[in-house]
Amino acid sequence: MTTAETGHRLAVLRPYRPAPAQMSVRIGPLPAAILCFCVIMAASTAWAQTGPAMLSPLQVIVKWSPLLLRGFAFNILISLLSMLLGTIAGLGLGLALLSESRLLAAVSWLVTQFFRNAPWLVLLFFVMFLVPFQVTMFKTTIPLPDWIKATVGFALPVMANVAEVVRGAVRSIPSTQWEAAESLSFTRRQTMWLIMLPQCIKRMLPLWMNIYAIVAMSTVLASIVGVSEMLTLTAQVHAAEGGRPELFAPLYGFALLCFFLYCYPINVWTARLERRFRVR
Amino acid sequence: MATSWTPDQPIVQCVDVRKSFGALEVLKGISLSVRKGEVICIIGPSGSGKSTLIRCINALQPITSGSIQIEGIEVSDPRLDKLALRRKVGMVFQQYNLFPHKTALQNVMMAPIHVLGQKRAEVEARARALLAKVRLAGKEDTYPGELSGGQQQRVAIARSLAMRPDIMLFDEVTAALDPETVKEVLVTIRELAEDGMTCILVTHEMNFAREVADHVYFTDRGVIVEHGPPETLFTAAKDERTQRFLSQVL
Ligand SMILES: Nc1ncnc2c1ncn2[C@@H]1O[C@H](COP(=O)(O)OP(=O)(O)OP(=O)(O)O)[C@@H](O)[C@H]1O
Ligand SMILES: [Mg+2]
Repeated sequence: MTTAETGHRLAVLRPYRPAPAQMSVRIGPLPAAILCFCVIMAASTAWAQTGPAMLSPLQVIVKWSPLLLRGFAFNILISLLSMLLGTIAGLGLGLALLSESRLLAAVSWLVTQFFRNAPWLVLLFFVMFLVPFQVTMFKTTIPLPDWIKATVGFALPVMANVAEVVRGAVRSIPSTQWEAAESLSFTRRQTMWLIMLPQCIKRMLPLWMNIYAIVAMSTVLASIVGVSEMLTLTAQVHAAEGGRPELFAPLYGFALLCFFLYCYPINVWTARLERRFRVR
Repeated sequence: MATSWTPDQPIVQCVDVRKSFGALEVLKGISLSVRKGEVICIIGPSGSGKSTLIRCINALQPITSGSIQIEGIEVSDPRLDKLALRRKVGMVFQQYNLFPHKTALQNVMMAPIHVLGQKRAEVEARARALLAKVRLAGKEDTYPGELSGGQQQRVAIARSLAMRPDIMLFDEVTAALDPETVKEVLVTIRELAEDGMTCILVTHEMNFAREVADHVYFTDRGVIVEHGPPETLFTAAKDERTQRFLSQVL
């Protein structure tokens, strides 16, 4: 822990921060957008040779864009809900990981490891096929449509990742903070909620946003289990337009562009937060 | 819990306190007693167990054997009400350990509000008065990161005092400070002592110990080698180990 860096007289106040993993190759937003645009255009020129009887790829996209964008909004809805669900559950699981009870900590460690190391698609399949399509509680039947199940499916890995973020952040706070709180008679719970977690928010935020960007992109997995999100709709539009091969790249390029334009700013903002919190 | 304590009895009474970390015995039978309003200083070489003793006194660490009584409350009692104990005992650390996400005022107010459940308005008035007392009026809304070491340490003292303890423990509270700021913290502690607060100080500031202490304990390797009023201990130490230590630090 930071007690090693006593060289600085405020050493204890400086949060310990592991160097963020720099594994992403950063492409500027403009080049990437241009790339997508080129893909769409290239396909359009392919169409130019087939004759004017059919709609151009651009016209196809414009024609179907209300539907496709509604699908995209659905992706975002699923990602937001699963993030919300996963964050609440992950906070609980993270606190359980930090519990003084050995048993609780061990069990939650297992749960965390399980959901962190399972492929998201497999988790999704499990939730889809294990959870019934409706539940009856107190004589009222609540239907569970596929997209809700998918949301739960995504919330599980989010939960495990958030739990790990919470645990890591709380652990990185010098133990002297615990002692100070203890000597002032704060209970463990008070210390956690009043002293530890508020201090952690700053260092958790970038990691949490990172998880969100991944969730947002992963929601397309729901197409595999038949949720009518953007990718599913894109495939249906493609089929409705006669499955013309030259439409393939523009249609999927449009989906790519939507996700890119949504996730890229999140990543930029995350990187900015990371930098800002590092200097303070 | 037997609390038939009266103010004429020692407020802190350690009898043959032993403490081991695994095979390492750090405290090897420490006995000392402190009367109400007394200021005692514990001096000794690094690693002699001074911090450990002080941490045992407010039950941050359990003792292995022996007895520590604070106002008649046995600290090693397994049914110890730690809250009741720590309300009586305030502690200030070498590294200040302020809560970095709270302002100076909030740092002082937190424990009385959340632990003692006292009214915010009343606590705030007291906290402001305490900050003024440690000469930090005007710094109420400043975050610890923007305060100097000496200022942070005084906030830490005010934070402990806000719990209205009967005894204050200071563990080398000036050791991390620049020489210029040491003085401002020592002045604060001296004023506390003059107000009649019972203080147990671990310190390397021998001149200060000499000046404020009623009684000085010299520890080495987990035992109290020698103790006495500062005039005698600092000028006429009997034990050879004490003499050697004092000749190095004075
Ligand atoms: N939590 C712990 N676990 C194991 N050993 C410990 C622990 N705390 C202290 N010790 C050991 O106990 C001995 C006494 O430590 P302590 O911190 O009480 O000494 P000190 O007199 O306060 O020294 P200093 O003047 O350097 O602060 C040291 O040898 C230390 O390594
Ligand atoms: Mg020490």
